[in-house]
Amino acid sequence: MTAAAPAIAVEGLSKSFGGRTVVDALSLTVPAGKIMGFLGPNGSGKTTTIRLLCGLLTPDSGRGTCLGLDILTQSPEIRRQIGYMTQKFSFYEDLSIVENLDFVSRVFDLADRKRKVAATLERLGLADRRDQLAGQLSGGWKQRLALAACILHEPRLLLLDEPTAGVDPKARREFWEQIHTLAADGLTVLVSTHYMDEAERCHEIAYLAYGHLLARGTVAEVIAAAGLTTFTAQESGTGSLRIADLVRALAGLPGIDLVAPFGSALHVGGGDAALLRHSLAPFLARADFVWREDAPTLEDVFIHLMGRSTDNFAGGPR
Amino acid sequence: MTIRFGASAHRLWAMVLKEFIQMRRDRLTFAMMVGIPLIQLILFGFAINSDPRHLPTAVLDSDRGPFGRALIASMQTSRYFDLVQFVATEDEADALLAEGKVQFVVSIPVDFSRRVARGDRPALLVEADATDPAATSGALGALETMARTALDRDLTGSLAGLKVSPPPFELRLHRRYNQEADTQYNVVPGLMGVVLTMTLVIMTALAVTRERERGTMENLLVMPLRPIEVMLGKIAPYVVVGYIQVAVIVITARLVFAVPIVGSLWLLTLTSVVFIAANLAIGFTFSTVAKNQTQAMQLSFFFFLPSILLSGFMFPFRGMPLWAQYLGEILPLTHFLRVVRGIMLKGNGPAEIAAEVAALAVILLVVSVIAVKRYRQTLD
Ligand SMILES: Nc1ncnc2c1ncn2[C@@H]1O[C@H](COP(=O)(O)OP(=O)(O)O)[C@@H](O)[C@H]1O
Ligand SMILES: [Mg+2]
Repeated sequence: MTAAAPAIAVEGLSKSFGGRTVVDALSLTVPAGKIMGFLGPNGSGKTTTIRLLCGLLTPDSGRGTCLGLDILTQSPEIRRQIGYMTQKFSFYEDLSIVENLDFVSRVFDLADRKRKVAATLERLGLADRRDQLAGQLSGGWKQRLALAACILHEPRLLLLDEPTAGVDPKARREFWEQIHTLAADGLTVLVSTHYMDEAERCHEIAYLAYGHLLARGTVAEVIAAAGLTTFTAQESGTGSLRIADLVRALAGLPGIDLVAPFGSALHVGGGDAALLRHSLAPFLARADFVWREDAPTLEDVFIHLMGRSTDNFAGGPR
Repeated sequence: MTIRFGASAHRLWAMVLKEFIQMRRDRLTFAMMVGIPLIQLILFGFAINSDPRHLPTAVLDSDRGPFGRALIASMQTSRYFDLVQFVATEDEADALLAEGKVQFVVSIPVDFSRRVARGDRPALLVEADATDPAATSGALGALETMARTALDRDLTGSLAGLKVSPPPFELRLHRRYNQEADTQYNVVPGLMGVVLTMTLVIMTALAVTRERERGTMENLLVMPLRPIEVMLGKIAPYVVVGYIQVAVIVITARLVFAVPIVGSLWLLTLTSVVFIAANLAIGFTFSTVAKNQTQAMQLSFFFFLPSILLSGFMFPFRGMPLWAQYLGEILPLTHFLRVVRGIMLKGNGPAEIAAEVAALAVILLVVSVIAVKRYRQTLD
């Protein structure tokens, strides 16, 4: 396998549960050595996609490779070479940190097992707590343990499913530093998250909604591709209208896809710039607000994408 | 990179160690595993120890001669029998037995005294309600001794020659309702099988469902563990637990209840492993079927009931209808009861129990194959 070959390359992956399609003809390529952020609202199929990649679920249709190995036929080999961190903590709470790592190292039959466990404990700052029961750890430390257990066997691809959900900001930052160090060592990382700041730390992002891949690329590319025009309105203090009135007034107007309050400001955006300007014109003319056209944020783009995909699902014949 | 298939000792050892550590942390369960056999034995021990006396007895005296009266008198002095009623007809006697109003009916035949004197050795019929053999065996034992000596005082003069054994009359015992009449000792060895069935099936029935409920299953699946390694890894620690239970029961049976152990303890130890493993494999199979721990418990109890009822522990095996016997034959407990009773009470050797152990081995094999096949390696 050459360095240029992608770590993940899947095409047309579909999976349904009880007749409901959860992942719909998903195609995704993750270049080797990159950190790929996997975003999307709850229930959009992120966890299901990750499970399909490591062979925990069998796709209804589609094909592809992970680390050059066929996901349909070679999942045992794939599982040996990937580290999968599940969304829910899945190590043993009645085992201590070191006992959990010992277990994993034995299962993988690692050469020089003891030294590797000790080195991993050291690397993730777990050495001082090695004898604490996993069940007694706080969220952040549990995630560290899970990460430690996932990288113990030196995988080439990490699949991290919402690794920082419910973890405090400091622990989150430290976790991401670890991920970047690992990527610098050549690991490919696919990480699902809900946090925008984390998305911006990724080399590339993929946005999933209702099982469909809606956007892919660097953060700048995704923002550009959305073709969104946004304005920010601030109360000028001179008029009688307030932000809350503006939210009500804008609701349902043509061309306005996005209305999102940010503190004392309001973010308004739409995919059709002309239509947006037309609908906003009466408000732009008033003195009640100070308007500023600005660059859309990633969050604007996601909210916009999500709104658009619900429309598709509501209207389209499926 | 080489990828090896087949069961690996490393991976198996990883599972076994993990299970042992978890077992050690789960003190309550471990205490129960040792406590249950002790409690069961002590509870059943009352039944074993009790040698019930003052059992209600009816007499059908068709003779009304001196020897009949002497016999009745000595029965009363033995304190085992309480004469509650004299009856005139057999129908009356049958009704009393059927209703459970009396435990025994003693029938003294016509001309009993005269025929004893003549040296005819007439038959004395004793009918016993042997529904619960433990209740009657003490009394029946006493009766047999009594038969030799009851008439001694009256056999005087020319009849003194009849004192020598055999006794001057024949004691004809007719057990009603439970022809096989297991002795009380049947209970303790049987209990060993029952305790092992109950605790071991439940423990492993929870093994996989617990991993699933705690969310650790997903991780176990994604790691390079084969189904056979998971199963053996989960079963092995409980084999040790099973042996601890066997030891507790054997020691208690011997020291507290003085149950004789005629056969070889080594043979028992050796054959127990097949039975223990079969139960663990059954539990593991349940845990691959059950969706949660409650279901696993329910399945275990569904299995436990026929095991108790149809194995010959509760009711004599040969007393059951044929269909029940066939059903009983597929239960490991049925075969283990024969093995353990054979070894402990009859002193059976390897040759006598070989067929039963083979049956256990077949059950173990079939169940293991089902378990491994049912253990899914995906979350589908
Ligand atoms: N094993 C399953 N059986 C039935 N439905 C499932 C199963 N796993 C996931 N789903 C459903 O599929 C949808 C996508 O779930 P998931 O992949 O977990 O989304 P995400 O990780 O993006 O939140 C959800 O609606 C969820 O309820
Ligand atoms: Mg998820």
